[in-house]
Amino acid sequence: MVRERVAEFSVEYVQALDEEGNADEAELPDVSDEQLLELYRLMRLSRRVDERAVALQRRGELGTYAPGIGQEAAQVGSATALKPEGWMVPSFREGAAFLTRGTPIHRLLWYSMGMEEGAEVSGANFPPSIPVGSQSLHAAGVGWGQEITGADEATLTYFGDGATSQGDVAEAMNVAGVLDAHCVFFCQNNQWAISVPRSGQSRAETLAQKAIAAGIEGVQVDGNDVLGVLAVTRDALESAREGDPVLIEAQTYRRSMHTTSDDPRAYRTEEEEAEWEARDPIARFETYLRDEGLLDDEREESIGEEIEELVADEIDRAKEGQEQVVPAEMFDYVFAEAPPELRRQKEEFERTGDDEPASAEGGLPGETEAGGGEVADRDE
Amino acid sequence: MTNDLRLVEAIRQALADELARDDSVLVYGEDVGVNGGVFRATRDLYDEFPEQVYDTPLAEAAILGLGVGLGAYGLTPVAEIQFASFAFQGFHQLHQHASRMRSRTRGALSVPMTVRMPYGGGIRALELHSESYEAGYAHVPGVKTVVPANPADAKGLLTSAIRDPDPVVFLEPTKRYRASREAVPEGEHTVPLGEAEVVREGSDVTVVAWGAMLAETREAVDDGDADAEVIDLRTVSPLDSETILESVRKTGRCVVVHEAPRTGGLAAEIIARINDDALYHLEAPVERVTGYDVPFPMFAREEAYRPDAERIRRGIERALSA
Repeated sequence: MVRERVAEFSVEYVQALDEEGNADEAELPDVSDEQLLELYRLMRLSRRVDERAVALQRRGELGTYAPGIGQEAAQVGSATALKPEGWMVPSFREGAAFLTRGTPIHRLLWYSMGMEEGAEVSGANFPPSIPVGSQSLHAAGVGWGQEITGADEATLTYFGDGATSQGDVAEAMNVAGVLDAHCVFFCQNNQWAISVPRSGQSRAETLAQKAIAAGIEGVQVDGNDVLGVLAVTRDALESAREGDPVLIEAQTYRRSMHTTSDDPRAYRTEEEEAEWEARDPIARFETYLRDEGLLDDEREESIGEEIEELVADEIDRAKEGQEQVVPAEMFDYVFAEAPPELRRQKEEFERTGDDEPASAEGGLPGETEAGGGEVADRDE
Repeated sequence: MTNDLRLVEAIRQALADELARDDSVLVYGEDVGVNGGVFRATRDLYDEFPEQVYDTPLAEAAILGLGVGLGAYGLTPVAEIQFASFAFQGFHQLHQHASRMRSRTRGALSVPMTVRMPYGGGIRALELHSESYEAGYAHVPGVKTVVPANPADAKGLLTSAIRDPDPVVFLEPTKRYRASREAVPEGEHTVPLGEAEVVREGSDVTVVAWGAMLAETREAVDDGDADAEVIDLRTVSPLDSETILESVRKTGRCVVVHEAPRTGGLAAEIIARINDDALYHLEAPVERVTGYDVPFPMFAREEAYRPDAERIRRGIERALSA
């Protein structure tokens, strides 16, 4: 009779900046002053875009929108770690990551205006992915391609805590491990999948430990600490470039709604929200930058003004694009070359179809007593 | 006695009644508990039936696979898939297990599961929240597929689906959830599965539609010159050919309307059955008014994609002018 321990595992938690903005020098990444301020600007920019977008949606000028308020450090920190030639495979709440990767704001807004133009990505970026967790397998594919071609690049894919319950995510991490895919799986654990809390997704103590079953490394990081996230993601990407995939669980919080169709008051407490407000990623980083002498009131104000102006211009540009939507284009990108029946359908549409550009009001129907729009219907 | 209810409220009433009637009935899915469902279809059920209503992790394969186990074990699972397009994440459980459990075990085990899903467009939703895949489900033997068009039928058909001994895919037209309040019978109300309904009698042309397309069809017919007979299919599988054939034999002309893409859509099957059994009654080829063969566009272009009263009117004109 033999009984012996054959394997042991542990999961580390990393934090470079604590909630008060105090830095742990040992964990700080190598970043220039200029980069520090850019991290700050991007976080502020992303938050402002989210705030303006939610307001636009409430005024009926934008469709359903998924804000990332509270998750700016997780996204800006990790996307900054990814080189431009490295691939990003996002879910549907990666506005801040897209901005960090240089995607123009009006393109993000177009997506929420229900325009395919908003998913017309450039560079090494995948478009938003709506089916939860499904994109992780695409990242495994890209990362495997990087391994096959011997590319000195890696792939960063995002998903949330809810996605870790999906088979696709388990399969992606498992095949990535087997195939030496150049993948970093970045889980933004924002504590809520619509109304289901993190505890309702898994009995596992950490989500990072889901890496263990796949035989890849898993690490937890304070997702509201932009410098900790940057450091951990840099290390992970380096490992991934060598063919060793990593799962990062960034502990963060979705401070606003799942989407503009959702009302979190139905399922969570104000106490919890206040608790996470105190851990806000931007406030903490601002304190650090002031302590370092990189930020004062004047500079903070001028950054704010620049952001305000940029966002206003981009909203105008988005609206201009919205005016120019050509419905018949829905036929143009189905195949590289349209088969005869599709050409026939397009001709019929152009002969008889209504070619008036649409505006963007509404969202999903009545999901809340307050705030959920009713479905407009011609029968009423 | 009747109450004026919206379609989504009628759904909720059917769920509440069946939960109360039979404690083997379980309602479960993403956000259906504490939150009462993202469309409020399960509002308050969690408080009223704490032993029978459950939130699940975000996992469609799990939701459908659990139903196979629960059903075979003797319970009555009523699962919600938050949006029909995400049923694909669990489609294998439906196609490879739920649909064939009865036939492969020669009746030893069965899966009396009901799977509710909002489907269809016109709601200015995000990508992949608007598809219509009823033809795909109709193509799976061993599964019944039901699509209510109005609140009373929503209640009656869902009640029948829950009580049905086999797997039923219950497609709820999202656009109609809150579109109108209509009379719904109080208390026990069932509508048999597999029976279409003539919702408007006419002599010139038969128009077959289901789900949200019924409202568009009525609008087209009410404003049109032709005396159209309108059939609400209600169950797309098994298909009630007889009601359609009887009508077509009378009118000699037919238009089939669906929001799903044209190629491989259910209209093709309906037309094939008319060809089989009523070809010589036809005065003109059967017309189709459908979505186009393009991925359902994002909402800036969705109204261009969806068949509306105008397109249906033109379809009727084509059927009448041949």
